Amino acid sequence: MDRPASPLFRLQGVEVERSGRRVLGLLDLTLPARGPIVVAGPSGSGKSSLLRLLNRLDVPSAGTIELRGDDLAAADPLKVRRRVAMVFQRPVVFEGTVLVNLREAATDLSRDEASILLVRVGLDPELLDRDARDLSGGEAQRMALARSLTTQPDVVLFDEPTSSLDTANALRIEELAQSLQDDGVSVIWVTHDLDQLERLAAWIVVLIDGTLAQEGPASEVLAHPTDAVAAFLSGGAS
Amino acid sequence: MNAIGTSLTATAASLLLVVVAMVISWRQQLGLERSIAWAATRATLQLAVVGLGLGLVLADGAPLAWSWVWVAAMVLVGGITVARRVPTVPGLLGLTCGALGAAAAASLLVVFGFDIFPLEPRTVVPTAGMILGNAIGATVLVARRSLRELDQHRDHIEARLSLGKSGAEAVRPHIREALRTAVTPQIEQTKIVGLIALPGTMTGLLLAGVPPREAVAVQLAVMFLILGSVAITTVIVGPGVGRRMITADQRLVVPIEAPTLPG
Repeated sequence: MDRPASPLFRLQGVEVERSGRRVLGLLDLTLPARGPIVVAGPSGSGKSSLLRLLNRLDVPSAGTIELRGDDLAAADPLKVRRRVAMVFQRPVVFEGTVLVNLREAATDLSRDEASILLVRVGLDPELLDRDARDLSGGEAQRMALARSLTTQPDVVLFDEPTSSLDTANALRIEELAQSLQDDGVSVIWVTHDLDQLERLAAWIVVLIDGTLAQEGPASEVLAHPTDAVAAFLSGGAS
Repeated sequence: MNAIGTSLTATAASLLLVVVAMVISWRQQLGLERSIAWAATRATLQLAVVGLGLGLVLADGAPLAWSWVWVAAMVLVGGITVARRVPTVPGLLGLTCGALGAAAAASLLVVFGFDIFPLEPRTVVPTAGMILGNAIGATVLVARRSLRELDQHRDHIEARLSLGKSGAEAVRPHIREALRTAVTPQIEQTKIVGLIALPGTMTGLLLAGVPPREAVAVQLAVMFLILGSVAITTVIVGPGVGRRMITADQRLVVPIEAPTLPG
């Protein structure tokens, strides 16, 4: 199996326990910079928990996580989060206009820069002065993506960002993720949607019951799944 | 009949009303009889102890230092009360004691610095009690409300954190909302003072024969002090609760029912 010399993330012996319950167990995992990486698995398999570890919204109970060779536990969490952006399942809209939302993390963002960002995520720049709470679900999610790009991240984590969107909007977000990857921004995408997995994944990580079931290039995992992964892919484990 | 005899008779008579409340609870099947009895018994015991203590502190020739010790004890008991009512916030006892202490110090400095009352035991303890009593209620409210705001807006806070904002920046809008909620009742009370019922200090002064103008002036000072002390305590405790819900590595940890994470 072809591994890049410098992995994006390396997890060693990572465990997450919450309220005495093991959410992720003994995860040894290397995520390449080239993606998109799709983390898939049935509901409750620990996908979102894994994602939250990668930008330090959570920390593991045991084990280490490295971002491009740097120990995340020793890094400044605020700097990590600006490098590793997160797009959540439900778009979070702050009070104020779209421009105010975009300036949340970049207070000196000019209108022109904000307009360019909106165009990049497929939104009309005229929306800048619109109250962000008036956006549709799809528009709000794209605005949230644009907002996450204001910190110029190396990595964008997508936590089932299309689960509440219709197919057309979901496809647009997928296209945006792919274009980010093409522009050199690593994309890690969590989903339990098998069609989305096949459309988007260059590298697949499958989690089942909080443990790593299989990982590897999408073509290999889809062509030669383990029994447990085959059951998940056929819909049996979801 | 002397004054104390009258007081004891009145107190005994008022117990009849407690019995009436218990009978009503029993007849209406409210199930509050034991609670009412316990509340009345506890209040009697507490006030008896307080009365004995105050007797020593306010006795003729008692040193002023005893009054300050009494005030310090009130601050500590206030802190314990708040910490017990909001047990999920770690370190709330120290935070609340600090906030109540600051409010009491600022208020008493104004009261005695500007000679609103003469500095003596009979003024120190009741004034501090009035200020702290109001501040404690607002402190419980701001602590609870802060927790609720943080719990209800986890998604907003984590979205801000994930943009690289500090924990303090991420919780600030929600703590601000909690502060607004906690201080508003006191503001409203200040607005309508005297319109519905005469406030306690003023009533007491009028009953004691103080001219209305003086009684109003003192009441105004007391109202402003209470408003100020409520603002001081809440502005310390609200952000303090916010800080305690953020770890050193800038993660949100609200100890209320943690929602199950998807996936």
